[in-house]
Amino acid sequence: MELTYTDEEQAFRLQVRQWLVGNLPETPLKSFDTQEGFEQHRQWEKTLASGNWGMVTWPKEYGGRGCNLIEWLIFEEEYYRAGAPLRVNQNGIFLLGPTLMEYGTDEQKQRFISAMASGDEIWAQGWSEPGAGSDMAAIRSKATRDGDEYVINGQKIWSTRAVFADWVFCMFRTDPDSKRHHGLSFVFVPLDAEGVTVRPIDQLNGLPGFAEIFFDNVRVPVSNRLGEEGDGWSIAMSTAGFERGLMLRSPARFQQAAKNLMGLYRAKRNDILDLSIEDAVVRCYMDAEAYALSTYQTASRLMSGGQIGAESSCNKIFWSELDIKIHDTAMRLLGARGELEPDSEDASAELGSWLDGFLFAQSGPIYAGTNEVQRNIIAERMLGMPRK
Amino acid sequence: MNFTYSEDQLTYRDTVAALLAGEVTAESIRTRWESAQGIDANLTQQLSDMGLNAMLVPESCGGLGLSELDFILLAQECGRVAMPEPLVENAMVATAMLSDIAGSGLVAANQCQDVLEKIATGNVSVACGHWINPYINMADTNQWLLLPHGEEVHLVGSQAVDLIAQRSSDPSRRIFKVNWQPSSRTKIADGQLGTDLWRSALNRGALGVAAQLIGLAENILQRAVIFTTDREQFGRPVGANQAVKHLLADCAVSLEFAKPVIARAAYAVATAPTRADWAVSHAKVAASQAALLSVRHGMQVHGAMGYTWECDLQIWMKRCWAIDKTWGDAGFHKNRIHEWLLNPNALMGAEHTFGKSMSLNDETILEQGAV
Ligand SMILES: Cc1cc2nc3c(=O)[nH]c(=O)nc-3n(C[C@H](O)[C@H](O)[C@H](O)COP(=O)(O)OP(=O)(O)OC[C@H]3O[C@@H](n4cnc5c(N)ncnc54)[C@H](O)[C@@H]3O)c2cc1C
Repeated sequence: MELTYTDEEQAFRLQVRQWLVGNLPETPLKSFDTQEGFEQHRQWEKTLASGNWGMVTWPKEYGGRGCNLIEWLIFEEEYYRAGAPLRVNQNGIFLLGPTLMEYGTDEQKQRFISAMASGDEIWAQGWSEPGAGSDMAAIRSKATRDGDEYVINGQKIWSTRAVFADWVFCMFRTDPDSKRHHGLSFVFVPLDAEGVTVRPIDQLNGLPGFAEIFFDNVRVPVSNRLGEEGDGWSIAMSTAGFERGLMLRSPARFQQAAKNLMGLYRAKRNDILDLSIEDAVVRCYMDAEAYALSTYQTASRLMSGGQIGAESSCNKIFWSELDIKIHDTAMRLLGARGELEPDSEDASAELGSWLDGFLFAQSGPIYAGTNEVQRNIIAERMLGMPRK
Repeated sequence: MNFTYSEDQLTYRDTVAALLAGEVTAESIRTRWESAQGIDANLTQQLSDMGLNAMLVPESCGGLGLSELDFILLAQECGRVAMPEPLVENAMVATAMLSDIAGSGLVAANQCQDVLEKIATGNVSVACGHWINPYINMADTNQWLLLPHGEEVHLVGSQAVDLIAQRSSDPSRRIFKVNWQPSSRTKIADGQLGTDLWRSALNRGALGVAAQLIGLAENILQRAVIFTTDREQFGRPVGANQAVKHLLADCAVSLEFAKPVIARAAYAVATAPTRADWAVSHAKVAASQAALLSVRHGMQVHGAMGYTWECDLQIWMKRCWAIDKTWGDAGFHKNRIHEWLLNPNALMGAEHTFGKSMSLNDETILEQGAV
């Protein structure tokens, strides 16, 4: 064990910090769930890509820097420290990207990865259906083979940012006679294809962060399929799944939030009557650190050839519950002023984006596999408890 | 000792609940969101016709002369339907304060009686500010406002205040910051009486919020039960999973242990208002805890559906989040209990569950050294 950063790692941190200082947008971007904010965020992705900072772990040929996981963590720490914008293409770069690297053909990698890294093509994820939420194997939308094309019919729902995105990666039933997780395939669809209808769904904050996507005889080439026909499920659940679990919510996000929470607490502590709030603030900080330590340890283990299994379910529960704790505590600190929308006359800097973050934190225990389902996985696969 | 609501109280609650169930639906609440003032004037009239605004107005001023204990079940029903109209705060806080002054023999008593009579006939409504709340909900729908200036109580005409609209995260709430100038003409009470009046107002306000939170949370729980019964995954209702059942069962437990606390607080406010602080604070903290848990778990079992604007659940969730922090947040109230418990004269022990033991007065307790 050697818990110090190497000189190279320190130099890398400095390099990231300097670049961010010189390139951050001057004013905060609008929400990426608005048309204007989405385009601002797309522009930011282009800026990142111009410095090869879009996805530091990717190979240089795809616009990355070939960084290892520790360097990636350092990058993320600097990114959140600087208060840089959220990643509008996170479904692409964190979820699809690594999967494409592993299962894509050379043509597919050429075609999709660079455009993804540059922000030219923003991706949405289309897995859930009205009847297939936690039970993803209940997918019914069909892609029927017709020569060199698939003809797609069906419906997806809860597709984040699909209202403004360019492409969606989906799971469709390619074998009409198949059941459950058999006969599913992983297929890319351009959202402007004929027969695609995108209906925005407003989220709790009133912005169209979700979309329902309807497919009416949509034709895409068979070359838009990732991996073999019928292998969709195992690709989705594959080892790349770990990297996705690791990358989706890096610890720095929560460490920065816990630090901001500490700042809010310092500013308010003289007005605070609640004896338990100090405990809550400290606990948030500790938990954010614990999450970071766990991630560093996992990253180190992976770099020395290790594997990961059900622990990624532990991660999901830990960060989503931590996020709720941080924002609950912030709302307690803000008290009766916490209900103010930021555009209110009486709003002030201390309100920051806590309300926004509070609402979003509520969805953490639901997306990326609900925490109830994660607990089932931990109990059954990690602890080996009886299934039924 | 009889810890039950009376037949009359329960019957009146049922009557009001039936009216509200018809008039305050999720759909009608969304219609209010689109309207200028956010209230349904027709409903306001109906509530007034039923005497609800004037429940706490003394009979001598044309009201029903009832108490907070009679009102508390109605407040719970207002919460259950997430009624946007500020009935609870106006009828339970502002009106009660005016009644206190009307019965005080102060110079302002006559003016307050006059206002109370107009409340009873439905011609006037009065809102109540408080130093503990930065904003007043629906302040623009009233003819008069009760406002604090230090310990002074001022009764100010709505034309004499400047209302600065704010935007609440709960679209049902129309909150305003009030800018105004106190003057000797608007002052209706001050000194110790003023302090006592503001303290009573805080207790009534907090009690009203606690009761509404219970109603809101019970509705959320009911919605969650219905949703998880209808929604199927893996070929069976999601509610068939123990994990889901336990989330909702925890809410039920929390609610069951908040309701009697609120009943006791209502009794204390109605019968011994000067000694009600601890009971009210306990009620507010318990209701807050039950409501926030119900929001969290209620949303969780809805899956992504609960995170949408379309899903009516948001109406109840956002109300809970917002009003939970009004009339003293959980921190304020926990601290009041804390301070009360640390007071060397605190009446602790089982025999004081219902306050100062009814058979003994202060003096006897002190003589016996049993403080
Ligand atoms: C913010 C957000 C973003 C999202 N983005 C996307 C996206 O981009 N693309 C996409 O495809 N999907 C997306 N989703 C959808 C997400 O994947 C689903 O919400 C999730 O899989 C749960 O499905 P559901 O909403 O249908 O809930 P349901 O599956 O109906 O679950 C309802 C409740 O039942 C519980 N439950 C269900 N089955 C079990 C069980 N076996 N044991 C115990 N409890 C159970 C759940 O935990 C939950 O509490 C997003 C969701 C959210 C909230």
